Amino acid sequence: MIDRIGRRAVAAVRAVGQFGHFLGDLARAVPDVATWRGPVMVQLRRIGVDSLPVALFIAAFTGVVIALQASYTFRGTVPLYVVGTATGKSMMLEFGPVLTGLALAGRVGASLAAELGTMRVTEQVDALETLAYDPHAYLVVPRVLAATVMVPLVVALSMLTGIITGWLTSLALLDLSTAEFVKGLKLLYQFKDTWFGLLKSASFGFTIAVVGCVVGLATRGGAEGVGRSTTRAVVISAMLILVLDAFWAVVLL
Amino acid sequence: MIEFTGLRKAFDGRVVLDGLSLDVKDGETMVIIGFSGSGKSVALKHVVGLLHPDAGDVIVDGRPVSTLDRLGLTALRRDVGYVFQFAALFDSMTVAENVALGLQRRGLAAPEAAARVTEALALVDLRGTEAKMPAELSGGMRKRVGIARAIALKPRYILYDEPTTGLDPVTSAVIDRLMVRTREHLGGTAVVVTHDLRSAYTVGDRIAMLYEGRIRQVGPVEAIRHSTDPVVRQFIEGRPE
Repeated sequence: MIDRIGRRAVAAVRAVGQFGHFLGDLARAVPDVATWRGPVMVQLRRIGVDSLPVALFIAAFTGVVIALQASYTFRGTVPLYVVGTATGKSMMLEFGPVLTGLALAGRVGASLAAELGTMRVTEQVDALETLAYDPHAYLVVPRVLAATVMVPLVVALSMLTGIITGWLTSLALLDLSTAEFVKGLKLLYQFKDTWFGLLKSASFGFTIAVVGCVVGLATRGGAEGVGRSTTRAVVISAMLILVLDAFWAVVLL
Repeated sequence: MIEFTGLRKAFDGRVVLDGLSLDVKDGETMVIIGFSGSGKSVALKHVVGLLHPDAGDVIVDGRPVSTLDRLGLTALRRDVGYVFQFAALFDSMTVAENVALGLQRRGLAAPEAAARVTEALALVDLRGTEAKMPAELSGGMRKRVGIARAIALKPRYILYDEPTTGLDPVTSAVIDRLMVRTREHLGGTAVVVTHDLRSAYTVGDRIAMLYEGRIRQVGPVEAIRHSTDPVVRQFIEGRPE
């Protein structure tokens, strides 16, 4: 028992050390712009543009549900235009960033871990090194940069989509007018609502990409190892997103 | 010159290399043979710093590889072409892009790089495959692209990791011929890791037998072919015991 705890503790300390080492390598690779400039364009499209359908699909239905639940909660107690307030605040502060973040942890995190894991077990990463490329500059920096930039953009569009579907739901099902919905939307709005959500999203994007890359590059053992890495990357990213969500709430709200 | 000096490497407590020492002279093709799992590929990976030794070192032109920093390793790798066992082609790139990748890193202008790609693919008899993806190629073709990627760099050293493994005898002979042709074309020093004896006899100047983490015997092809060492004889004759 003690032996097992000891081994797990050593493994945990080693993992933290490897992660620190990885971040050091990543920071050292950033100035190598000539290497990552080309691949980053591909990643901006893969991570950002290609994620839009799933992110907007989730946001559209979330907006509908928030509007209906707000109406159900507030009807008969406060003016119904607070449906606009609830939809705007919820989409910007929480549901836009977190639901999109969790969806992208699945889509992007899994894809990065599987891609880099396959490259690792088929010696493509070694091949890059023998061609005098730094794998961190060529593989990791473009992905981390693209995710950190594109996830907030995807989240911004998700926020907008959720608010639009919340508005359309209010018009169609709740007998609210556009003026009432907008009045509610503006009621308690602060600019901080927007930048808080986007800042969180950038941290989610960074986390998803770093975890996907760390886990992918550490893959061992063929197809089974790639499968294991993919699952691990998704689980770890999702957990870290929830932890970061709480962290930003404590620090910034 | 490549010198393996007391190279030692273990994985999870299992010793793979146990004081491997071997000199590869400039201009020669050294073939390292040995049973599967004897550590041949592990030894080769130490030459370009893909693995870090537990003890000992590999010294390339007087540079101890394990002590090189990032820049030193990059400089070393510019002198070396590495042909991987399963080619290790980049799945998302065409054949031409695979061959050109190392050239771009060396700062070659696009027209010169394109000419080198054409020349390298011609040397491995793969003209016209530039736009194909690796998934569209046979195993033998993939290995030839791997060789083209290495020789396009015109390296001083070329390392072949099991170049004929998994290929039929005819394709293996084609790869052997390519290695000989590459040497005639580029000169330079080569280290070939294989358990394919026909290949070893065809391409090697000297052969070293790796056994239990050390060199059991090293010598010219004929000396190994007629070795009286019981382990070397067992390997050559393919006897189970």
